[in-house]
Amino acid sequence: MSTVEPSELRGAGLVPPEPLIFEMGSPGTCGVSLPPQDVPAAEAASVIPRELLAEGPPPLPEVGECDVVRHYTRLAHRLFSVDGNFYPLGSCTMKYNPKINERASAMPGFANLHPYQADEDVQGALQMLYELRMALAEIAGLAEVSLQPAAGAHGEMTGLMVITAYHRAHGGVRPKVLTPDTSHGTNPASCAMCGRHAAIVESLPDGRVDLDDLKKKVDDQTSAMMITNPSTVGIWDGQIGEIARILHDHGAMLYLDGANMNAILGIVRPGDVGVDVMHYNLHKTFSTPHGCGGPGAGPIAVAEHLRDYLPVPQVVRRDDRTYAWDHDRPKSIGKVRGFYGQVGVLIRAWAYIHALGPDGLRDVSEKAVLSANYLAARLGEAYPLPFDGPYAHEFIVVPRFRDYGVTELDVAKRLIDYGVHPPTMSWPVPHCLMIEPTESESLSTLDAFAEAMLTIAREARDRPERLHHAPFTMPVSRLDEVTAARRPDLRWQAQPDESTEAS
Amino acid sequence: MRFTQLTDNDVAAMLETIGADSIDALFAPIAPAHRLSRPLDLPPALSELELLTELDRLAGRNRSCDERVCFLGGGAYDHFIPTVVDHLASQGEFVTAYTPYQAEASQGALQAFYEFQTLICQLTGMDVSNASLYELASATAEAVLMARSITGRRRVLVADTIQPDCRVVLETYTRELPIELVPIPAREGQIDLATLRAELNDQTAAVLVQTPNVFGCVERIDLSTSAARDAGALAIVMVDPIACGLLKPPGLLGADIVVGEGQPLGIPLSLGGPYLGLLACRQEYLRKIPGRLVGVTQDQAGRRAYCLTLQTREQHIRRERATSNVCTNQGLLALRAAIYLSVVGQQGIVRIAKRCLDKAHYAAERITTLAGFELAFPDAPFFKEFAVRTNKDVDKVLATCRRRGVSAGPALGRWFDDMADCFLVAVTEKRTRVEIDALVAALGEAAA
Repeated sequence: MSTVEPSELRGAGLVPPEPLIFEMGSPGTCGVSLPPQDVPAAEAASVIPRELLAEGPPPLPEVGECDVVRHYTRLAHRLFSVDGNFYPLGSCTMKYNPKINERASAMPGFANLHPYQADEDVQGALQMLYELRMALAEIAGLAEVSLQPAAGAHGEMTGLMVITAYHRAHGGVRPKVLTPDTSHGTNPASCAMCGRHAAIVESLPDGRVDLDDLKKKVDDQTSAMMITNPSTVGIWDGQIGEIARILHDHGAMLYLDGANMNAILGIVRPGDVGVDVMHYNLHKTFSTPHGCGGPGAGPIAVAEHLRDYLPVPQVVRRDDRTYAWDHDRPKSIGKVRGFYGQVGVLIRAWAYIHALGPDGLRDVSEKAVLSANYLAARLGEAYPLPFDGPYAHEFIVVPRFRDYGVTELDVAKRLIDYGVHPPTMSWPVPHCLMIEPTESESLSTLDAFAEAMLTIAREARDRPERLHHAPFTMPVSRLDEVTAARRPDLRWQAQPDESTEAS
Repeated sequence: MRFTQLTDNDVAAMLETIGADSIDALFAPIAPAHRLSRPLDLPPALSELELLTELDRLAGRNRSCDERVCFLGGGAYDHFIPTVVDHLASQGEFVTAYTPYQAEASQGALQAFYEFQTLICQLTGMDVSNASLYELASATAEAVLMARSITGRRRVLVADTIQPDCRVVLETYTRELPIELVPIPAREGQIDLATLRAELNDQTAAVLVQTPNVFGCVERIDLSTSAARDAGALAIVMVDPIACGLLKPPGLLGADIVVGEGQPLGIPLSLGGPYLGLLACRQEYLRKIPGRLVGVTQDQAGRRAYCLTLQTREQHIRRERATSNVCTNQGLLALRAAIYLSVVGQQGIVRIAKRCLDKAHYAAERITTLAGFELAFPDAPFFKEFAVRTNKDVDKVLATCRRRGVSAGPALGRWFDDMADCFLVAVTEKRTRVEIDALVAALGEAAA
């Protein structure tokens, strides 16, 4: 079926397989050193009940420091990243992560602070968090911000809890939350976490919310509508003021999923157009790195009528200009996580905002939108654009190579061979690629990406069967993901047990 | 501008390609009335040098654990972080990659998470682990939601001896859900097993217990889990991963779901976050796990390879029927924990745990020689943390300690009205005899 040589399937070929850490080392190796014992040893068996004492060490690896370093360094080299690659992953805002932010969060004066130190001992950190709280409120155009949520989805859940608490105090709980059919999957999942039920509002062919459908579905059981604007298809929905009015007329709130804030910094403030609650993804818009999937941070901003319900604790400035954690908020929904939020991430966002200032933040959105529209213009001939521009910070193409049997997956995987991380695939429109270049890229990088996409479009016609096997340059070729799910092997075991197949 | 690279010439050329007159024209879909007509009211941009100076100034206004020797506990601990952890976890590839959706270009992260999952299983004695949650408190709430889903029952028995913030977060998570939280009181610093047994019934989804608990006391987990099992309820056990170097793994003591705070595994204190939520369970509950999972498979050439798997549990496929809404988790912290456990290894974790035990018991012995200080629960076993009761004013005692350059606490009156005369002392392997003696001297001064 294939005209691909087996040697090509072995990819780079020069990259030897990396063993698991459990397959390395030898018994007795220990990569750790402790200072000499300077206190009398306690007799474990006399201070801990025998039933609770381990009979031997846990079966962890035994590998020396040098080999641990080589192992994880080699793993790092098997990984696309913003530092190494163009990463136009739509909806994820994979912008450059300034290195000073890493330096900031690692400063001993921040990294070595215990969460139960007295407020007087952490005034610098609290000041920073207070300033970030105020900056995010200004950028949102909303009354107050909570820095507690750990990630975007956690922010969604927290925001919905705040709305629920408000409705509980004003006429009763409303079970329904509206979401557009193009919403992030986290939106309905967050609704379920809060005991709410998500109902779909249809989109118009041009990607905007269908107001007639909204009017049909909104009622006095609706607590909120969650929208993303610019939407997940990369289009600013100019009806947002009208959407807010419709919801407010029914006593419902407008929730903005802030995943796409990178398009509107300093240009539109959500609070100014009727948004009641929004969350930020600091790991998207404010350049805190994604770390292979976290840590992120998902602060929420709320309008005046909701501020009393925000989670505790809140960072505040006292009249004497000192800073403190305020736990005394009787209407608060309570705590949503341990301690005070992803402080190390919040420090990075503070540094980013201060590095850019008001003009720099606006420039971010202008360059992000310019870069997206430029790529759309360059790709439009070869890759149909299902929605009309101008686009916000991202756009969608739908590869039309069905006649050649080439799918969006093939295009995405082939991009890897060009050193580009693939765009988001197959969402929110079937068979699409969602491309978000961000503001970080030089024109030459944007052009190289466009050329790669155009080359792949030619390959799709000329050598379609080859694309089915891309990528060719990675340590592994395409994976059998079906078997991975059918027979889950989620941990290494010294002696594989054939009977542990999942039911 | 900082961090953008397009020149004016580039912008002009790009606009020409687009066929737009100006960048502003690209924002045409936004009505003028919706636009902000002024600059954001934020401080002006700082150069890198100015920013560093400001960061140094703010950092200098904190009294870090480098200045105040840290005997603070309550769920975050000042363990030693081997240099290789910082070094390896700072590599730009790990720091700036996204969630490894594209497996071929993400084998490094996927293999590291597979190793993390295995290491957590090895440490806890459980069958499967996910690839991380936010931190202990929300992981505990996720475990309770998981138990409800598995059992179809709504009653959850929560020991009063768990870290109180975890209980508060659990209350927030479950307020709008059909879940009933039933507190089980403490007796002499440990869960009251008689009340636990009395409250268990055929509507009980889970028993939630922590070891060592908020008072530092090691619980008889085996008795709690067997009571739960007899009632058909799941046993959720919250653990300290360092203690797993010395204590029998919860998997061998009947735990169905184990959650833990991974911060002690090479993660800086950072004023409470970002930390690392651990969640592991028995094989049979595999498809109910929240969060990411990495599995092994093969590529087209038959080579071992790794990918995210069982994604049909997750929000982007299952939407409101997902096991959780967790999306971004704590990847880089899971990596730190994997590196930590790899370099510390099976001998190291035992020696570190034993050293914690030694130092904590030395500190407790010295503190209880002081007039006015005694162990709050003298008969309960403890690992690296213990509660001290004093006849002095706790706030003044802790303030005196701070003046003398040591931090202890938190005060237990923070959470327990009947323990306003108690505070916690945590002693990790990092603490020296000289530092412990300095704490004892500071307490002695406070008592004088």
